[in-house]
Amino acid sequence: MKHMKRRYYEDIELFSSGWSIFWTILLLAFLFTLPLYITPYYFLTLNLILVYIIAALGLNLLVGYTGQISLGHAGFFAIGAYGTTFLMSYFGIPFFIAILLAGLIAAFLGFIIGLPALRLEGPYLAIATLGFGLAIMHVIGRVEIFGGRIGMHTPPLDIGIPQLNLSYIIKSDIGMYFLILIVTIFMVIFIRNLTKTKVGRAFIAIRDDDIAAEVMGVNLAIYKTLAFAISAFCAAIAGAFYGFILGFFDPFTFNLIFSIILLAIIVVGGLGSILGSVMGACLVVYLQYSLLSNVGDLPYVGTFLIWISKKCFTVIGMQNISGLVLGLIMIGIIIFEPLGMYGIWIRIKNYWKTWPF
Amino acid sequence: MFGQLLIEGLAIGACYGLLGIAVAVIYKTSGVINFAQGEMGMLTTFVVYHFLTIYHFPFWAAFIAALIFAVTLGALIQVLFLRQAEDPTELGLLIITLGAELALMAIAGWKWGGDQKAIEFPLSIQSSYEPVKGFFINEWTIGVLLFVPLIMLALFLFFKYSTTGKAMRATQQNKDAAKLMGINVERIFALVWIISSVIGAIAAMFFAARSVVEPSFMMESFIRAFAGAVLGGLFSIPGVVLGGLMLGLIENFFGFYWPEWKPIVAFVVIVVILTIRPSGLFARHYVKKV
Repeated sequence: MKHMKRRYYEDIELFSSGWSIFWTILLLAFLFTLPLYITPYYFLTLNLILVYIIAALGLNLLVGYTGQISLGHAGFFAIGAYGTTFLMSYFGIPFFIAILLAGLIAAFLGFIIGLPALRLEGPYLAIATLGFGLAIMHVIGRVEIFGGRIGMHTPPLDIGIPQLNLSYIIKSDIGMYFLILIVTIFMVIFIRNLTKTKVGRAFIAIRDDDIAAEVMGVNLAIYKTLAFAISAFCAAIAGAFYGFILGFFDPFTFNLIFSIILLAIIVVGGLGSILGSVMGACLVVYLQYSLLSNVGDLPYVGTFLIWISKKCFTVIGMQNISGLVLGLIMIGIIIFEPLGMYGIWIRIKNYWKTWPF
Repeated sequence: MFGQLLIEGLAIGACYGLLGIAVAVIYKTSGVINFAQGEMGMLTTFVVYHFLTIYHFPFWAAFIAALIFAVTLGALIQVLFLRQAEDPTELGLLIITLGAELALMAIAGWKWGGDQKAIEFPLSIQSSYEPVKGFFINEWTIGVLLFVPLIMLALFLFFKYSTTGKAMRATQQNKDAAKLMGINVERIFALVWIISSVIGAIAAMFFAARSVVEPSFMMESFIRAFAGAVLGGLFSIPGVVLGGLMLGLIENFFGFYWPEWKPIVAFVVIVVILTIRPSGLFARHYVKKV
């Protein structure tokens, strides 16, 4: 049971009770031994889910905790993907350093977009971030070193240090799964701890009422730009992994729809909640990549949809059902459960709290 | 050449302005940015395509049918999606419109396929006149430049003198007070969405006359139109049109001298202007309640 917190330590501790530690260890054990019970086929989707979780964590920090909005996060994704690939291919920089550098570049650009964001709100901020994301994409698309319109191939994922003859190349989905899983766990812990510190509380204060926060001494300039920078960093890390998963990308991969889907993930999952981002990412990625790419294969719904496609729609366009379902889910979540999937989870937990009475 | 760029920039800018009017009308009255505006127009344009090619209606009949469709679409989206949200936040409404955008694009892609189609519009860009030496103008440009001021005038008269227009202005100023004064606020919102949908549809058809029709053809134009609207200040209709015109001009001129950087110029300009005047050029300053 959650007790009242009497000391600051209880507020910031990671595990509030022995049970939490137990379930966490169980979950981690399950995740790390996943390759034993699931065929390798599923790991592509799992990797994508993990990548989107990282990105969603970052965007959630910006939108859910700090109350800003960004429609341009696809641009930071792209910086992560292009940056890491470029640094590894052309300069031979080892993987971990390359990804950190790409993340820092993205963080710097996030800081830059955070500056005008200090004065903008709502739709104006949405447009500014939108334009920024698109501008990044256009600039990347123009520079020939980045492959122009053709795009880039990722180099072999070598997580060792080639210069010191300590190479270790990851070739399979499962190998990448372990790598991304470890990074994701670090990011979750990082973001979760961040929200419990002074920085996190400043973010929440800004979201709730930024003028009041400023009056109370929260330096808006520092914290708003910091929020943008950190969320850009997360997006870039996610983007780097995304690039390696795909193996190949071009400027058009990271378009506006990409940003919209990212925003959808955190809203559907639950704004301002880490568990929500995780759940949202799982649902949306599963919908987009697994369930709805093969709509016709669903047992009853599939045949019904194929029949209706032949009658009034085109069968070729049946892929688009994923977009339709995603859009409707987004709308449905806002209408029925504004707290997102996390809100649904909380309701379920609360319902069973007083069971069996 | 300069005059040519000027005229074309103004024409495209007027189109952006038209789409921006549609966005601004909704934003003024209900505080929602309708991100689905472009897609609503796109779907209506597809309906025109459908009537033209599958049922072989003449253009004017297809146009009327499309307008009826636009009316229904606007009303449907408002009633089904936006009305249901209880106590929505600004972000929540934004997400609803984004979701509607995804859904509408998916519907269009599902029904008509993702390939590009061309529509024969009466005001084509192919016809070319030369009223003044060195100036080439085509029917499309004339149509746009005549139509947009007409719409602005009609809207102005509507908002100023008609009862419904006054009701809309009242709703915009204070929703609860309007309710207390007996205005059916929900119906006003539906009407606003209908007007917006129709204007957006006409703007989309103007855009479609210039290029091919595919499910995503309105996305770029919508972003530009929205940017132009933000530039001019979302709260005033003349501001929106002026913002669109400016954006069209800037884009066209830069597009001529620096074709590669054309898309970015627009956004850089907007970000710069927004930094200096956060609520747009022609709007009153955005005042926020503490």
